[in-house]
Formats: sequence, C-alpha cells, structure tokens
Amino acid sequence: MDLTYTDEEQEFRARLREWLAKELPALPPRPSPDDWPARRAYDAGWQRRLFEAGYAGLHWPLDAGGRGATPTQHLIFLEETERAGAPYVGANFVGLLHAGPTIAAEGTAAQRARWLPPVLRGDEMWCQGFSEPDAGSDLASLRTRAVRDGDDYVVTGAKIWTSHAEVADWCELLVRTDPGAPKHRGITWLAMPMDAPGITVRPLRTLAGSAEFAEVFLDEVRVPAANRVGAENDGWRVTMVTLSFERGTAFVGEVVACRRTLALLARTAKENGRWDDPVLRRTLGRLHGELGALWRLTQWNVSESERSGGVPGTGGSVFKLAYSHARQELYDAAAQVLGAGSLALDEEWVLDRLSSLSYTIAAGTSQIQRNIVAERVLGLPKGR
Amino acid sequence: MDFQPTGEQRALRAGVRDLLAGRYGREALRASVEAGVAVDRRLWRELGEAGFFALRLPESDGGVGLGLPEAALVFEEAGRALLPGPLVATHLAAGVVPGAASGTTVVTAFDLGGPLVAHLGEADAVLGASAPPEGEPVRSVDPLTPLHRVAGRHPDPGPDPAPYRDEGALLTAALQVGSALRTVELAVDHARRREQFGQPIGAFQAVKHLCAGMLVRAEVARTAVYAAAVTGDVAEIAAAKLLADEAAVRGARDCLQVYGGMGFTWEADVHLHLKRAWVRAEQWRTAAQAEEVLAADLLGAVG
Repeated sequence: MDLTYTDEEQEFRARLREWLAKELPALPPRPSPDDWPARRAYDAGWQRRLFEAGYAGLHWPLDAGGRGATPTQHLIFLEETERAGAPYVGANFVGLLHAGPTIAAEGTAAQRARWLPPVLRGDEMWCQGFSEPDAGSDLASLRTRAVRDGDDYVVTGAKIWTSHAEVADWCELLVRTDPGAPKHRGITWLAMPMDAPGITVRPLRTLAGSAEFAEVFLDEVRVPAANRVGAENDGWRVTMVTLSFERGTAFVGEVVACRRTLALLARTAKENGRWDDPVLRRTLGRLHGELGALWRLTQWNVSESERSGGVPGTGGSVFKLAYSHARQELYDAAAQVLGAGSLALDEEWVLDRLSSLSYTIAAGTSQIQRNIVAERVLGLPKGR
Repeated sequence: MDFQPTGEQRALRAGVRDLLAGRYGREALRASVEAGVAVDRRLWRELGEAGFFALRLPESDGGVGLGLPEAALVFEEAGRALLPGPLVATHLAAGVVPGAASGTTVVTAFDLGGPLVAHLGEADAVLGASAPPEGEPVRSVDPLTPLHRVAGRHPDPGPDPAPYRDEGALLTAALQVGSALRTVELAVDHARRREQFGQPIGAFQAVKHLCAGMLVRAEVARTAVYAAAVTGDVAEIAAAKLLADEAAVRGARDCLQVYGGMGFTWEADVHLHLKRAWVRAEQWRTAAQAEEVLAADLLGAVG
C-alpha cells in the first residue's frame, strides 16, 4: 500500500500543470448555462486546445487515436484540471466518455475512422438516447422501435433526459429491434444523425430553472444500417461494456471540486462568525473527513483497476452511493453557513446545491445502486 | 501509485486470519463470554510470539520491523475475530513497558477519557503510569471489556495518553473496520439462509439495502484507515476513527436488524460486535474530538 506517485507520473503532472497555467488565462469567459450554442462552442474550443496539446482522449487506447494513458495518469489529469479551475468536459461528455469508447471497443474500422477523430478534435458532439419516459431505472424496458427497411432502420419512439440534444450532431441510440425477444436481448445500438428528418427536440426545464436536458421525439427517423455498432439485438451487451468503465473515474474532478468548495465554506464561516457554532463547525469537520476518505477511495479504485489491467472493479457503485450523499450534505452545510443568503439565486453554489439533488437519481438511482451492490458484490439473491 | 496491499501484506493478513480462526474461533469467543475472562494469558503470549505486539519494533530491538500499514491490516483481523483485551495499549507499550512486546505483560491505558479504565483488573501495567492505580469494578456493557472506575481525580484521573493518541486511534479504527466487515458477512449470510414468505429475506429490497449500506460504510472506512496508516497524517487518522466508529456501530445495529428477533438474543454474536464497537468509539478519540481535529485541519488548509 503506497500513495506515492512514480517519477513518470510526477513528470506528467508537472507538465500538465505548466500547460494549464499557460492556457487557462487565455480562455474566454464562460457562457450562460441557458445559451446552448455558446456552451457548445466553448466546450468545443476547450476540447480543441486539449487535442492540440496532446491531452485529448487521454484514457482512450492508442489505436483509437487516444494516448493510452494509465488509469493513474487519467486520475492526475482530472485532478489537476479541476484544481486549476479548467472547464469541465461539458458537452463533450457523451462523446469522450461514452459513445467514443463504445465505438472504439465494438465498432468496425470504418466506424472508428468516421466517428472517433471528430470527437477527439471537438468537431462533433454526441448525446445519449438511452432513457425513455417509461424506461429510466429499468432501462432494458425501452420501447423505441426500429424496423429494418432496405439499408435503413426506421425508428419511432421517444427519449428523455437527453443532455446536449439541442446542439448534438450524433445520438448514441438504444432501440428495440426484436419486440418478441426477452427484454435485454432485442436491443440494438445505433449512431443517429441529429439532423435527420423526423427528430423533434423539446428542452426540459429542471428544478434549477435552466434547460439542462431535453425530450427527443422520433417519428419514422431513417438511420442507415451501417450506423449500427455491434450486432443487431446485441445492444445491451455493447452498452454494458462502456457503462462499467464510466464509473471508475467519472467523479474524480467532482470530489476535488467539493473539497475546494468546503474549504471556501470554512473560510466564509470563519468570516461571518458561524464557525463559532460547534455543531456547524463539527459538521464541516465531518465533511472534511468524508470527502478526504472519498478521494482516497477514488485512488484505491483507480489503483485497483490499474493492477487488474484496466478492468474496473465493483468499487464504482460503492463510491457513487457514498459520494452522491456527501455532495448533498455538503450543500446543506453550505446553506447553514450562509443562512438566509442561501436563498439568493445569484450565488453560483446555490445552483450547485439545486443540481446536487440529481446525484442520487442520475446514472442509476441510489436504490438501483444498492441493488447492484447487494446482488453483484454481496451475492444476495435477486428479488422477484 | 499503487495503493493496494503488497503480496507480503496480503500474506501477513491471511496468516493472522488463520492464526485467529484456529486459536480464537467462535467457540473460544463464546467460552470466554461465558467464563467472563477477557484476557487469556496463554493466548496473549502466543500473540506476542507471533509478533502481534512487537510488529513495529525495529528488528534490532527484537521486533518485526514493520510499519503502521501492516499493523492496520493485523488489527483489522483482530477486530473481525472480536479478539478481546487491551490489544492497542499493549501494542503501543511494546519497547516501552518490559514484556509488552513478547506478550508476557498485559498493558492497558487511560484511553476512555474519564474515570473508567478498561481491563484494569487483568493488566500488569498502565501505559504511562509507574504502577496500576486502585479502582472499583463497574459492570460493563461489553462482557469482554471489564471496566474499573478510578476514584478521585476525575476528569483527569490517569496518565496522559496524548503521545499515543493518534496511533491508538488509528489501530482502534482498524479494529472497528474489521468488526464492521464481519457484521456485513454475518448479515449477508443470514439474509441468504433465512426464508420468509417463501424466499430468502435477502431477496427483499428492504433487507438488500440495509446490507448494501453496511458495505458502503465499511469500505469507505477501510480505505480511510489504510490511507491514514500510509500517510500517518493526524487529520486523516481522525477521519479514519470517525468513519470506522460509525461503520462498526451502525453496521452492528443494521446486522442486528437483519437478524430480526434472533439478533436480540444473547446466543447471536451480533450484540458482542455492537457492544465492543460502542466501547471502541469512546477510546482514544471520540467522534466529537475527531470532528474538531478535522475542523481545525480544514481551517488550517484555508490559511
């Protein structure tokens, strides 16, 4: 058990730090969260800079155009970019962390050549067409139909919670191609061009007041069969390949950000006198301990996956359960520090407090995660 | 960065687990509960011979020459086995109190922060004291942690444990983690066997979610303990103690809930884990103290 970084890793960190110090002051101001085209342009610009500096697709394999970085290097990258206040992966999220790795792992040579380079350069954005109004936590119950017609699939149905749908070029779409098969078996993974006729995007307003995601309605949309990644009816397996890879490092930057927010809160509490309240002070102390432990758990999970040759362990669900809870506690503590000031929406962290409410729901609710931990880690029987 | 146990560390942990399974399995545990004897002198010496107490003494002083990470792994196993006695105090006394390293002397400490002292009647020495003080026996909540009340000098009745507080807190946290992980196993085992309404109760989401919550707390605490053992950082040790106390206490309570009525009986081991976890939560560093250490560290980081 060791927490020291190798010389190579330290050198990687130093180079990255130097690059960030040079690059970040030149960045344009961040656009308003409601201005989707501006957000897309901003996120694409950052991706382009990463690409030109050789940091794009750091954790992607070399033969997919990535850098083949080790999990520890990826951890350092996420830690340093967050610490320096660099832009978040933003609208590049699905392409870089989801669709890209799926195509890299399961796509044909032609598909990899067509779709991967634009993701790395920031030229094309992806969105995720997984969830449906009646298939969220029970994703495999999805009903969007795709019927083969010549060289195309004709797709009809509806998707929901689709982030970046307004500005995306492509959608990684899960469709039902065999309605008669058991629910996990009849699903297919398609790359759908978002400018195809028959697609209607309707933004959804979140409880934070902004349009963070959208509903997508599909009315006989034609998607070329050549856009199918993996075999027909094998889409569930294709999807699971990438979902498991996402959970190991998905929250690295956010843990770092939470620790920074907590330090800011402590300073604020000291300044406004709330620090003298022992109950609140101890709450902040406890959060300091919890977030520190979650950072160590991240290092543990990354180190474990590195030792097992890049295969993520079962730590992802354990981490997400603990982290999503701690994040919500952090913003509740922030409200105690700020008192009535927490009611003014002009504070950025108030919006963060509102958005923290999604963490126990998105990417598998806490209840689903507990089922996963109970059944796959602890080996308890499946319920009927 | 390779934050995983090395081959030697895994082997050490496995060796201690085997030793304790053979020497202090469930029957021995229940026998000592019935006899009301916490410290078995022969077992204490065997632990000494196995290097349990001298683990961190330099080899030149007859020790094993290992560090805090190895000690954390060993104490985790002791916690899992519910091994009783002043293990932490005697370990800390190795090299300080003659005979502690070899297990021929039983050493306790004023680690409870008040007039109560654990294992005073069985101990040959008290860490930091020239001679064991007089005390009145008090009925203890934990059948294997006998207590004495030391009169007169409350609230500062005994030798100052401060120089040992951090290491004591870390090793106690490791014991708590072992107990927490063991109660997860007990609960899961029971939930798979016990049938109600025609199926194992572990198939019910309400029970599943209790078990998953137990594992999450135990795993987070375990990582915190390992990290604190590697860095030796005071705030990380405080976090480790805080999280491990919670994992052990809440884990035992949830385990009791999964056991249902059986959990409320003397026959099930669950109450022994819960009572020992309560004792350890009061030792070396309480939750309130740990939170204050962490708060000070947080403010210090801000500057």
